[in-house]
Amino acid sequence: MLRQTWWKILCVLLLAYTVIGGFLGPVPAKPIVNETIRNLYFHVAMWFSMMVFLTVSAVYAIRYLRRPNHVDDIYSLEYAKAGIVFGTLGLITGSEWAGFTWGAFWSNDPKQLGAMIAMLIYYAYLVFRNGMPDIDKRARLGAVYNIFAFAMLFPTLWILPRLVESLHPGGLGGNPAFKDSDPRMAAVFWGGAVPGWCLLGVWITTLRIRLKLLAEKKLSNI
Amino acid sequence: MYKKFWVLLLSCWMLTLSAMAQNDTTRPVEMADGLRANGKIYVVVMVLVTILAGLIFYVVRLDRKISRLEKENK
Repeated sequence: MLRQTWWKILCVLLLAYTVIGGFLGPVPAKPIVNETIRNLYFHVAMWFSMMVFLTVSAVYAIRYLRRPNHVDDIYSLEYAKAGIVFGTLGLITGSEWAGFTWGAFWSNDPKQLGAMIAMLIYYAYLVFRNGMPDIDKRARLGAVYNIFAFAMLFPTLWILPRLVESLHPGGLGGNPAFKDSDPRMAAVFWGGAVPGWCLLGVWITTLRIRLKLLAEKKLSNI
Repeated sequence: MYKKFWVLLLSCWMLTLSAMAQNDTTRPVEMADGLRANGKIYVVVMVLVTILAGLIFYVVRLDRKISRLEKENK
């Protein structure tokens, strides 16, 4: 799978569908959000992709703890990095979107705060890892921390924002803009955006993994 | 006489009803229909497709380079 081509072609096709269908496709006319509803294909897809990468990262962390193997550690780290990049993009795009619809780039919305906390926990993961010179210790403690950080995603992103008033959909009171999801938008979102962006992230991650494995091989040959 | 008055009142009331209804329905939510009508939305799509193509091209090149390195190191 790592070096096959078919899923990379699929990724390009899905992203082309997302961009073209995302801009030309029909969307419901809603007050306040207007055409910005199309951000669903980009901003929300970032978060869905991030969840996928961070889940894969946590799975490799568990695998590492069950049977220490440095390749699993590389997979875990690189998927976490992809998740961090996509999550950061989600945070920035969300702030941009909010600036023009909610009236402020940052309004301390529970989900904004939760997402920020979740991201900070993952930034700390990278700092924490790099703070340890011993490779085995770094991998082991990194894996433990990774599982903790993954567990923290659920209260910060999925549970707490839904228990309080939030501008995001899903909270109490909630955002009326997305109360009734539109089936025409669901086709582009689930059929194009989520798998397309996920595959792009997986592609970049596999490249980084391959590069890291190559570098390791070179080091061991010397 | 009274009948005429009631008919007039009723028709006035119906007029206000339709006016009220118009308030809700004749002001559609503003969408980029004008942009689409002018065909200019295609410019945005074109720009985005170009950016996407550029990024994909870049990733493909990177993929090829890493594949070549892998082959050399076999």
